[in-house]
Amino acid sequence: MSEGLVNQRLMALFAAALALLNFPLLALWDHDARIAGLPLFPLALFLLWALLIAVLAWVVERGPRTGGG
Amino acid sequence: MSASGSMLPAPLVIGVSFAYLLLLFAVAYWGDRRARQGRSVIGNAWVYALSMAVYCTAWTYFGSVGRAASSGVWFLPIYLGPMLAMILAWLVVRKMIRIARAYRITSIADFIASRYGKSPALAGLVTLITIVGIVPYIALQLKGIASAYAVMTSPLGAVAAQPSQWWADSTLYVALALAGFTMVFGARHLDSTERHEGMVAAIAFESIVKLMAFLAVGVFVTYGLFNGLGDLFARADANPDIRRLLQFGQGQPFAYAQWLGLTLLAMLSVIFLPRQFQVMVVENVHESHLRRAVWVFPLYLLLINLFVLPIAIGGLLHFGPGQMNPEMFVLSLPLDQGLGALALLAFVGGLSAATGMVIAEAIAVSTMVCNDLVMPLLLRTRRFGARAAGDLTGLLLLIRRLAILAILLLGYLYFHLAGEAYALVSIGLISFAAVAQFAPALLGGMYWKGGTRRGALAGLGLGFAFWAYTLMLPSLAKSGWLADAFLQQGLFGMAWLRPEAFLGLQGLDNLTHSLFWSLLVNTAAYVGVSLWRVPSAAETSQALLFVDVFRRTGDAHPVFWQGRAQVPALQDLVARFLGGDRAARLFDTYAREQGVGAVDRLVADARLVQFVETQLAGAIGSASARVMVASAVEEESLDLDDVMRILDEASQLRAYSQALEEKSQSLERATAELRQANEQLKSLDRLKDDFMSSVTHELRTPLTSIRALSEMMRDDDSMETAQRQQFLDIIVTEAERLSRLVNQVLDMAKIEAGHADWHNSMVDMRELLEQAAGSMGELMRERGIALTLDLPERVAPLQADPDRITQVVLNLLSNAAKYAPHGDGRVHLCLRETADGVTVQVQDNGPGIPPEQQERVFEKFRQVSGDEHYRPGGTGLGLPISRQIVEHFGGRLWLRSEPGQGACFGFTLPRTPAPPAT
Repeated sequence: MSEGLVNQRLMALFAAALALLNFPLLALWDHDARIAGLPLFPLALFLLWALLIAVLAWVVERGPRTGGG
Repeated sequence: MSASGSMLPAPLVIGVSFAYLLLLFAVAYWGDRRARQGRSVIGNAWVYALSMAVYCTAWTYFGSVGRAASSGVWFLPIYLGPMLAMILAWLVVRKMIRIARAYRITSIADFIASRYGKSPALAGLVTLITIVGIVPYIALQLKGIASAYAVMTSPLGAVAAQPSQWWADSTLYVALALAGFTMVFGARHLDSTERHEGMVAAIAFESIVKLMAFLAVGVFVTYGLFNGLGDLFARADANPDIRRLLQFGQGQPFAYAQWLGLTLLAMLSVIFLPRQFQVMVVENVHESHLRRAVWVFPLYLLLINLFVLPIAIGGLLHFGPGQMNPEMFVLSLPLDQGLGALALLAFVGGLSAATGMVIAEAIAVSTMVCNDLVMPLLLRTRRFGARAAGDLTGLLLLIRRLAILAILLLGYLYFHLAGEAYALVSIGLISFAAVAQFAPALLGGMYWKGGTRRGALAGLGLGFAFWAYTLMLPSLAKSGWLADAFLQQGLFGMAWLRPEAFLGLQGLDNLTHSLFWSLLVNTAAYVGVSLWRVPSAAETSQALLFVDVFRRTGDAHPVFWQGRAQVPALQDLVARFLGGDRAARLFDTYAREQGVGAVDRLVADARLVQFVETQLAGAIGSASARVMVASAVEEESLDLDDVMRILDEASQLRAYSQALEEKSQSLERATAELRQANEQLKSLDRLKDDFMSSVTHELRTPLTSIRALSEMMRDDDSMETAQRQQFLDIIVTEAERLSRLVNQVLDMAKIEAGHADWHNSMVDMRELLEQAAGSMGELMRERGIALTLDLPERVAPLQADPDRITQVVLNLLSNAAKYAPHGDGRVHLCLRETADGVTVQVQDNGPGIPPEQQERVFEKFRQVSGDEHYRPGGTGLGLPISRQIVEHFGGRLWLRSEPGQGACFGFTLPRTPAPPAT
């Protein structure tokens, strides 16, 4: 069931994304700090976002393909 | 700065706008033309992903910067929500695409209505919610364009003068121009799949334009106006008011709940907004495109949001807080620097964002209005009703065009009434909250078979009512168009009914508050009422089709219909809504697919009725299609038992076809096995024939010579005695050979049949080989062949039949004697003891046997052919018999030879013989 594996990965990724982008994990970044001159909180949000996109792309494009259709 | 240098002449801005719209039209025209030629430009995952970016409207383009300037990162949840939605899109949206394609569903209203038994009431309610919810959103786009135009053409910082007369308001003309444009794009001809390739191509093009324009402004602000991001943020840190924006909390209570609320709201909206449903589900060319789009679309959102914060902060730093409308920073910053061209590019980008949304949304909503609101009402009237005749395709197009115009005018009206009081983002969020009401009925309908029409009606109705009461009415009241007493004191003066603090729930912002209450009552009513009663037959059948769409494909697809129908009546019905030619073509194709050839030989069965209904559903919506089909045929109403029976039959059919397939596979396997066995038998038969002919051939040769010599002696009395003696010798030799041959054939047959007698005893191989060498020694010496022996001192005795083993050794030795060159031949006999037995080898110095013949020497009657050393003395049975004997004792007879190096035959014998294989 290769299709099942992709589905499970997507659901796990969804749960991870929901957790990463909400309280309390999001509060970890809420400091008035600068990383290389960039404000930490917006930077963390954009980096998390980019990471999620990369993982999603990997799951759907590289994951096992379904036969046919 | 001089005011005159920071504005552009109005004719230039208008001219560029129209030139851009013409370009857009050219792109759409090209897309349509390519589609007609069958070379679709949108059949591509990248174009599909770009068309999804119609999500980014004037709200994103102008409003996000405004939002960021007032509350920092709080513009982001609207784009993180789609990220979450896209993670699950491969599961959820793909299912929607599959369902929509299978049942020709062309709008979200149709989707929901179709799921709950093709209910016209539900379709109408969803359409109403959509219109009410989406009008503010259209207004937002108009406001965006109007404000942008004002900023471009007025002195910087000046308040645009309000036109005194309604007909002098440029926004009205923008709305009318967009309506005209949308009609040309989206309602030029009728298509039963509601696909608009040209529109999608134009939307994808607009997505590129708005992204490029926004990025250009972002790069200009960050690296032109400031010295990069570091400089920008360093200067922001100096200002406590701006520094505050870079943090999460902006002083609001329940901030994280609000964050989650916004994220979830955007997550639902990106799927349920009519235009998103249109481009994502209806316009989807191939399911697999979703694979790419699910990550490209969030990436697009990330890119377009990258410079929102820098532009907002840059604008605040540059102009000073409160001096300019932050929503227009994208335009005012380039204008202030005297960069007219960049400002114009940014304006075109904003125009792209707004027009793209308006076009896609208006097309989607007009389809809904026509199919799910107007048609059901019209078809009830006597003039257009079921019994009336006449082609309605023109009417359908007219309704759609009028609907587009009406939607845009409603948007204009809302903009005029309430638009000025609200920020772009707030208007947009009102619309988002409205379409989020579709979530329980739609998602529930896709995954839960128990949802019913009443449940969906109750959930949608209550959710919508709460949305209107807690969000829509307050927005109107705050704009001054309603008395706002009910806002402060609650309806009828009852404090617990206050719209923004329902039941006294306080602390949440009004959007999260409204979202919480409306989705709560919506879901509760949907589930509660659904569980109240058993679903009807129509609901159950549709639920099965929707929920199990991935499991039902092909012929085992159940058709929930029974009754009587006539083919001509059905064809006339299709012709009314799709045109006569189209109808004829559809029926021809269908007849060919069914394998009957001609339309007049079609049987009007349930499958044909379903085909007709699906075709009609594409043109007029599933609810109307149901009514029309019901009027054209004699239906028998289905009850729940019928649905279950039909489902049973379908699954039985599927089970039968599976069983049939399995059976045919096993039959195929059996056939293959039988064929193989037959081949084997045939080859054995051929072998037997060959054997027989070889044996007779071998028998005939000596017989012929015996007979010939005997006849000569009989006929010639005067033959000399010496001659006679020589003939007699030959006759005796040949007779011996004959009897040897006959004995060997018998021997062979006995061994093969397992009837041979074996007299096993303990054998000393050394002794046995010495005896055999002794008996062959004389013959060898006569032929001038040296026989050497290489035997160990003693070997352990083994269990075997000594006569048979001697037979094997003699056979190998005589073979070697036969092939070794006479005169200087050498034969070497060697015995070795191994771990589990003995090995005997006979090596000669003859010509050797070529590799390709090595296996053949063990076949019966085979002597190495084409070989000058061929001796007629052999019978061709010696080696096969030897091999049989050795194998009988569990050993192995082999040959190792290279041409020119002589041949080495050898065999192994185990110490204890293997149990004889019979």
